[in-house]
Amino acid sequence: MMRRTERTNPAPDVESDLGPLPETLRRNQPLVPADSVAGRALVTVIAILTFLAALAAGAAELVASASAEWRSSISREITIQVKPNAQRDIEADVAAAVAVAGADPQVDSVSVYSKEEAERLLAPWLGTGLELVELPVPRLVVVRLKSDTTPDLTAMKQQLAEQVPTASLDDHRTWIARLSTMASTLVIIALAIVGLVLTAAALAIAFATRAAVASSREILEVLHFVGADDRFIAREFQVRFLGLGLKGGAIGCLAAILLIACLGFLAGYWRASPGGDQIEALFGAFDIGWRGYGAVVVVAAIVATTTALVSRFTVHRHLRGLG
Amino acid sequence: MVRFDNVGLRYGMGPEVLRDLTFSIEPRSFQFLTGPSGAGKTTLLRLILLALKPTRGLITLFGEDVSQISGEALTALRRRMGVVFQDFRLLDHLTTYENVALPLRVQGREEASYRAEVVELLRWVGLGERMHVLPPVLSGGEKQRAAIARALISRPELLLADEPTGNVDPSLARRLLRLFVELNRLGTSVIIATHDLALMDQVDARRLVLGEGRLHIYE
Repeated sequence: MMRRTERTNPAPDVESDLGPLPETLRRNQPLVPADSVAGRALVTVIAILTFLAALAAGAAELVASASAEWRSSISREITIQVKPNAQRDIEADVAAAVAVAGADPQVDSVSVYSKEEAERLLAPWLGTGLELVELPVPRLVVVRLKSDTTPDLTAMKQQLAEQVPTASLDDHRTWIARLSTMASTLVIIALAIVGLVLTAAALAIAFATRAAVASSREILEVLHFVGADDRFIAREFQVRFLGLGLKGGAIGCLAAILLIACLGFLAGYWRASPGGDQIEALFGAFDIGWRGYGAVVVVAAIVATTTALVSRFTVHRHLRGLG
Repeated sequence: MVRFDNVGLRYGMGPEVLRDLTFSIEPRSFQFLTGPSGAGKTTLLRLILLALKPTRGLITLFGEDVSQISGEALTALRRRMGVVFQDFRLLDHLTTYENVALPLRVQGREEASYRAEVVELLRWVGLGERMHVLPPVLSGGEKQRAAIARALISRPELLLADEPTGNVDPSLARRLLRLFVELNRLGTSVIIATHDLALMDQVDARRLVLGEGRLHIYE
């Protein structure tokens, strides 16, 4: 049996007949048409989903970094409260408390709220013009800890209890725990939104691929008959859908980055106003930092990769069905 | 090269559309497959192309029993055959050159390795000046020749052509027939499905006639 036929060469010197051939006659057109209504719709869907997922990821990073900032700034500051006692000299107790705190190697600085300052703190509740001399107003000692250490306040508490029985130490632990829980919940919610949006993206892509495969049925059949194997066809679809995913992902990612940058700019612009102060207190300077921008880009990359993988899987399943 | 033994085909629970087909296609042979419209000519070509599975009987292609064939082996067998579809099946978003080069491209070959070969074949079928044109711009005859060039580019051992002259005028039909005869002379087995008696009368070749699901062979 003949293995391969020989074809004589009816035009033996093509190069000389046609002149030098152009470097490439092919336009590098993908075998699966890249520009179609379904393709454009998919790019739009991917862009919107990437935008939402990227915003959620940015928000998660913003809350996570802001809460870390709250926690570290609060945990670096502790307060010693010295209560007045008729049998004791409060100034001596305050001095003793300052001495105990100052002697601790973890302490960076100690500052005492004077009697007047302590009374001024009560003004928002009691009003001004009130004679507070008769009231037993406690005195406050604010202790700032060094930032590079993990505070262990057991020794300071014990010494205070021994030397100044009227003093109590508040390290804001309860407040930090509540903040921490709230921040963690917010981060988990944001991450769950990222996960849900990515799942929705995968499903939308799967449906779009199936529709594209169905509309390219004739192309698939021709490719089969001219000798393309399933791997080749799946790769062609994957490359096409990776392109769509990258395009949609890049648009969504850029839109999210622009929005976050604009919000950061506006937050800076309104910083002087009372509302702006509150926002800054909650979210810092509204800057998600390099890590946040990195997360946004990673989300876009995940969406593009998901697009390619889901399309490959869908095409393989479709081809298995044909077989 | 191709061997059918008692092959039958039915769609679902319907009646058999092809019954007890027993024939063989020899290397370097030339034959017409004919019969009235709806007799099953295209279906028989699709059976040879392994696009359909027979419901009974044995098909042997290039010495291989195709009933238990793997996906890779199926692709390898298809690469040894060329097919010209009745409706051309050119990909509209690719140029004539890209369409003709398709069988080589799907084999993963570098374009530089086949560029001259494709241009040569396009000139041979008279499409040298139309290689950058998209199929919707081509005339019926040009599409037909592009489809034939695509079937030939990978130098198949067996060429299947479904109504290859159905859309062209008699003079072009004669030219295309001469092209198939020339190919056969160069070693390719050719099966032309047609119901054009005038065309068949121009070549003294074996005729496989389909009627009422059965095949009659006139040597």
